[in-house]
Amino acid sequence: MPTSSEQRPDPDLLLAKVKRQEAVAQRGKLRIYFGSSAGVGKTYAMLAAARKLKVEGRDVVIGIVETHGRSETAALVGDLAVLPLKAMPYKGKDLSEFDLDGALLRRPSLILVDELAHSNVHGARHPKRWQDVEELLAAGIDVFTTLNVQHLESLNDVVGGITNVRVWETVPDTVFDDADEVVLVDIPAEELLERLKAGKVYLPQQAERAAHNFFRKGNLMALRELALRRTADRIEGDVQAYRVDKSIGSVWKTANALLTCVGPDAGAERVVRAAARLAGQLNAEWHAIYVETPGLQRLPAPRREKILGTLNLAKELGAMTAVIADADVAVSVIAYARSHNLSKLVIGRDPARRLWPWQRSSGQKLAMLAPDIDLVEIGRTDGVMQNGDAKNSASSWPAPGAESSDRRKFKRLRYLWAALACVAVTLLSMPLAAHFDRSNIVAIFILTVVLVAVRFGRGAAALAAVLSVLSFDYFFVPPRFSFAVSDVQYILTFIIMLAVGLITGQLTAGLRFQARVAGHREERAGSLYEIARDLSGAVQIDQVVKISDESIQRTFRANAALLLPNAAGQLAATSSRTDPALNVDIGIAQWAFDKGQPAGFGTDTLPGSEVLYIPLRAPTRARGVLAVKARNRRLLRIPEQRQLLDTFAALIAIALERVHYVEVAQDALVRIESERLRNSLLAALSHDLRTPLTVLVGLAESLTLTKPALSPAQRDSAEAIQDEARRMGTLVSNLLDMARIESGEVKLNLQWQPLEEVVGSALNEAHGMLKQHLVEVHIPRDLPLVRFDALLIERVLVNLLENASKYTPPGSRIRLAAEVIADRLSVSISDDGPGLPVGREEAVFQKFTRGERESATPGVGLGLAICRAIIESHQGKIIATHRAGGGARFTFTLPLGHPPEAAEEAEAANG
Amino acid sequence: MAEPLPVAILVEDERQIRRFVRTALEAEGWSVHETDTLRQGLTDAGTRKPDLIILDLGMPDGDGMDFLRDLRGWSNVPVIVLSARVEERDKIEALDAGADDYLTKPFGVGELLARVRAASRRRRDAGVALGSIFEFGDVKIDLSLRTVHKGEAPIHLTPIEYRLLTLLIANAGKVLTHRQILREVWGPSHTEDGHYVRVYMGHLRQKLENDPAQPRHILTETAVGYRLVQSARG
Repeated sequence: MPTSSEQRPDPDLLLAKVKRQEAVAQRGKLRIYFGSSAGVGKTYAMLAAARKLKVEGRDVVIGIVETHGRSETAALVGDLAVLPLKAMPYKGKDLSEFDLDGALLRRPSLILVDELAHSNVHGARHPKRWQDVEELLAAGIDVFTTLNVQHLESLNDVVGGITNVRVWETVPDTVFDDADEVVLVDIPAEELLERLKAGKVYLPQQAERAAHNFFRKGNLMALRELALRRTADRIEGDVQAYRVDKSIGSVWKTANALLTCVGPDAGAERVVRAAARLAGQLNAEWHAIYVETPGLQRLPAPRREKILGTLNLAKELGAMTAVIADADVAVSVIAYARSHNLSKLVIGRDPARRLWPWQRSSGQKLAMLAPDIDLVEIGRTDGVMQNGDAKNSASSWPAPGAESSDRRKFKRLRYLWAALACVAVTLLSMPLAAHFDRSNIVAIFILTVVLVAVRFGRGAAALAAVLSVLSFDYFFVPPRFSFAVSDVQYILTFIIMLAVGLITGQLTAGLRFQARVAGHREERAGSLYEIARDLSGAVQIDQVVKISDESIQRTFRANAALLLPNAAGQLAATSSRTDPALNVDIGIAQWAFDKGQPAGFGTDTLPGSEVLYIPLRAPTRARGVLAVKARNRRLLRIPEQRQLLDTFAALIAIALERVHYVEVAQDALVRIESERLRNSLLAALSHDLRTPLTVLVGLAESLTLTKPALSPAQRDSAEAIQDEARRMGTLVSNLLDMARIESGEVKLNLQWQPLEEVVGSALNEAHGMLKQHLVEVHIPRDLPLVRFDALLIERVLVNLLENASKYTPPGSRIRLAAEVIADRLSVSISDDGPGLPVGREEAVFQKFTRGERESATPGVGLGLAICRAIIESHQGKIIATHRAGGGARFTFTLPLGHPPEAAEEAEAANG
Repeated sequence: MAEPLPVAILVEDERQIRRFVRTALEAEGWSVHETDTLRQGLTDAGTRKPDLIILDLGMPDGDGMDFLRDLRGWSNVPVIVLSARVEERDKIEALDAGADDYLTKPFGVGELLARVRAASRRRRDAGVALGSIFEFGDVKIDLSLRTVHKGEAPIHLTPIEYRLLTLLIANAGKVLTHRQILREVWGPSHTEDGHYVRVYMGHLRQKLENDPAQPRHILTETAVGYRLVQSARG
C-alpha cells in the first residue's frame, strides 16, 4: 500500500539509528562547553557542573584544566580529584601534558579535559588532544571539555577573515557535531571587555598585543554571532536527529547530498570549508573527490601531498572522500555524482585566465555535461587568507627544489641532446642540399623533431623545433648563411615546421606519460595478482607470513613484519627473517590491533614512528598487524602505494582468516572423531558388561520365583547371587561414569530443579541398601531451584548414602540435610558410625582408596572419587569431616545462581 | 472356552536375557514369541497381533527408535523398552516416540513383571471410561466432582496442579517424560521449560505425599520424567 509506506520510517534511517545507538551505548558521552572567545567562562562553567555531579556521587576526575591563575576558577577545583600530568621531554625541556594512559588506567566515570583544540607535544600518542578525547570516549569514559569558536575547522577561515588572526589549532567539525551535548557559554561583548579590563581574562604574555587587537568589540560581536549561529545549527541537527528517532516522517531527502572537487589550487581548502558549511546548513551528507589527471600526477610530490592534505581536511570535516584517476575531470566528476546520487556540485571558480576564446571554464563544462545538477561556484579571494595560505605553502612545500639533482641533470641533458641532434642533422643535410629539393630537407628536420619528441619529451621537442627552423632558415633558405628570407613562402614553411614540431612533441610526450602511468598500473595490478595467487595457495600461517614478507619487500622495497596475536590477543612478531632495521614497537602495534586503525608513520597516531602499522582486518575480526618500514619513506605517502599496501593488508588478512578457519575445522574434526570413538567404546563396554549382569540378576531372581519354592538355603544363595550382581552393576556404572567424566567430554545436562526431587530418587535408588538404617531427611521447604545434572547428583547422593550404609553398623542413623549458605547450597550426609580414620579425610576422595585398608566391606573405593569429579564439574566442593559426637559427615556445595521465575506467574495466569 | 493367552513379542539379541524374561512372562500366563532381529520383530508385530512388545534398544541390526516409529504408524500395542543406563537420551526419545515404559539394565524379574502388569492394565482400561474415583495411598480423587481428599481433609489444588494430577492418573504406572507433561499441561509452546514441571510436581508432592522427600506414589524417573504408582511397594 503506497499510502502506508509513505508514513513508515525509512528502514535505512532506522538501521542507521540502531547502529548509532549501539555505538553510543558503549561510548562515553562528550559534552562541549562552547564559547565565542577566551574569557567567557567555559572552564568555570565546566568545573561548576562537574562539582555538582561529584556531589551527586559521580566519579569525577580532572584530566587537565587550565585555571590560568584565575582564583575563582582555581577555587572551583576544590576537592575534585586531579590526575597528575605527564612530563614529556621536548627539546631539552620537560613539558607537562595530559596523561592519556593514566586516565585510561584510572577509568573515572567522568573526566574533565580542558581546551579540546590543544596540540600535544611531539612524541605524544596523538598529535591532537581531540584524538585523546576520542580514545577516552571509545573506552566508555564521559568527557567534559571546552572549545572556542575560532578553533572549529570549518569556521577557521571565516574567523581568520574577521579577526585577521588565524589560529592553527583546529578541531574537526565532526567532533563538535557528534558531541552528545554542547553547552553554549555566552556573555555579551561589553561584559567580556569589562572582564578583560579587570584582568580576568588570561592572555599569554607574548601574544598580548595581538590579543588586544583581537579583543575589539566588533570582533567579539562577530565571534559571538558565529558561536550562537553554529550552536543553533547544531541544535537544528539535534532536532532532525530527534525527528528521525521518533520517525516523524523523513525531513531531508538523501538526494540533497553534495559533491565537491579538490584541485591543486591554493583555494581548494576554501572550497572544502565552504562545501562543509553548505552541507551543514543543508544537513546533507557530502563527498569530496580528487580527480588525478596525468597532468596532476606529474606535479612534484609535496604539491600532491598538499592536495591529499586538503582531501584529508574534507574527511575531517565529515565528507566521504575518494581519489579517482582519470584524464577528464569533468566527465569523471559527473559520473561520480551520478553513481552516488549527488545532486549538488560545489567547485572553486577557475582563475580568470583564458587563453583562447573557445576554452570553457570547468563550470561551463560541467553544466554542459549535466544540466540537471546544481552547481555552486565558490568565489576566489585575495588578501589575508591568501597570505596565510602562501605562508603555509612556503613552509610545507619545498616545491621545485625538492626534485632530485639527478632529474635536473637529466632534464638539462635532454635539451643538450636536442640541440646536438639539430646540429648533426644540419651538418648531414649540408651536402644533400645540392642534390635534393629544399622540401625534402624540411622533411628531414621534421623527422628529427618527431624523434627528439619521442625520445626526450615535450620541452626538448619545442627546442628542437625552434632550432630546426632557425638552422633551416640560416643554412638552406636563400640567401644562405643569413636569417633574411627572400621568398615569402618560406615563412609558411617555418610556421608549419614549428607547428608540426610542437604538436608532435606535445602528443608524443602525452603518450609517453600515459604509457608510463599504464606501466605503473600494470605493475601494481601484477604485484596484486601475484600476492593474491600466492596467498590463495597458502594453507599454513608460516606460508602466509613468508609470502607477505617477500611480496612487500619486492613491491615496496620495504622491510615488513607480520605481527600475529596469541590466544589472549597479545601480539608477537612472527617473521624470523625480520630485518633488525625494522625495530617494531609492540605497543603501537597492539594499539593498532586493538583499535583496528592504522598507526605510526603517516597516520594520525604516533606519526613520529618510522614504521607504519596496518591492522589486518578480516571479515570477522582483526587477524594481526602488518608493520612496514619503507626504505624510501616518501613511497608510503603516495596514495596509490598506500592503497596498494592496504589492499595487500586486506588480502593477507583474508588469507590469515582462511588459514585460521581451516585449522578450526581440522581441530573440530579431530575432536568430533575422538569423541565419537570414545562414546562408541563406552557404549560398547557398557552394553557388553551389563548384558551378562542383567542375565545374572534375572536368572537369579527367576530361581527364587520358581515353583515349587526353593529351600531356604537355596533361596538365600539365589538372593545372594542377585545382590552381588546388582552390586557389580553399580560398580560398572561407577567405572563408566568415572571414565566419561575423566575424559572431560561429559556434557552436563544442567536443569533448574528442586533438590528434594533428586534426594527422593536417590533414596528410592538406595532403598535396598538402607533397609537396616534409619534415614532422616531435613530439607527446608523454601529452598530455591538449583541448576545441576540430576542423574549425576543422584549418583553422588546414592554413593554417599551407600558409603554411609556400608561403613556403619545396622541400626545407625543417617541424616541428610540441606541449607543455603551465602551463594551456595550445602548438602550434608552424616552418620553416627565409627567415623573416618583421622588424617584420611582428604585421602578418601582418591581413586581406589577405601576407609579401611583390609576390610571385608565390598567396594573398590571409586564412589567418593566420582562424587568429587561430579561436584567439581558443577563448580562445587565436597569435603569429608568428623561429625560432632562421632561419625562421618560428607558435605558438598553447589552454586545457587539465579533460577528462572516464570513458574509462579504461570499459576497466576491459570488460577 | 478358555480365553486365548495374551501374546508378547520379545525383541532381544541376548539369548540368556530372552530366556529369563520368557520364563517370567510365561509364569504370568503370557504366550511369548522371541526374535533376535528388529526386522523379524516388526514382521511378528504385524502378523501375530501381540498384546505387548518388549524391545531392547541396543539391537545390533539397527536402531530401535526406527522400529518404534514404524510400529507406531500402525499399532498402539504397549511397548516396554530395555536399555543400559548411559543412554538416558535414548530412553526419553523412545518414550517420546511412543514407548510406554522402560527398564534399565540390569533389571529384576519383579520390576519387569510390575511394568508388564501396569502396561496391560492400561491397555485393558483404555476402552473403559476411567472410574470417577481414583485412589492412591490415602489420597482420593473424585474426577467427576473435581475434589481431592487426603485422608478426610480436603486438599486445594490450583488449576495447573489439578491438570497435572489428572494427567498422571490417566497414565498411572507409566513414565511420562518432561516434554510430554509440558505439552499436555502447559501447551506445545512450553516444551523447553522443564523447571515448570519440577516445581509443580514438588507442590503436588507436598500436598499429597506423606514425606515429600521420600515420595511413594509420585515418583521421579531421574532425567527422564515422572511416574504415578498406585500401590506403593513394601
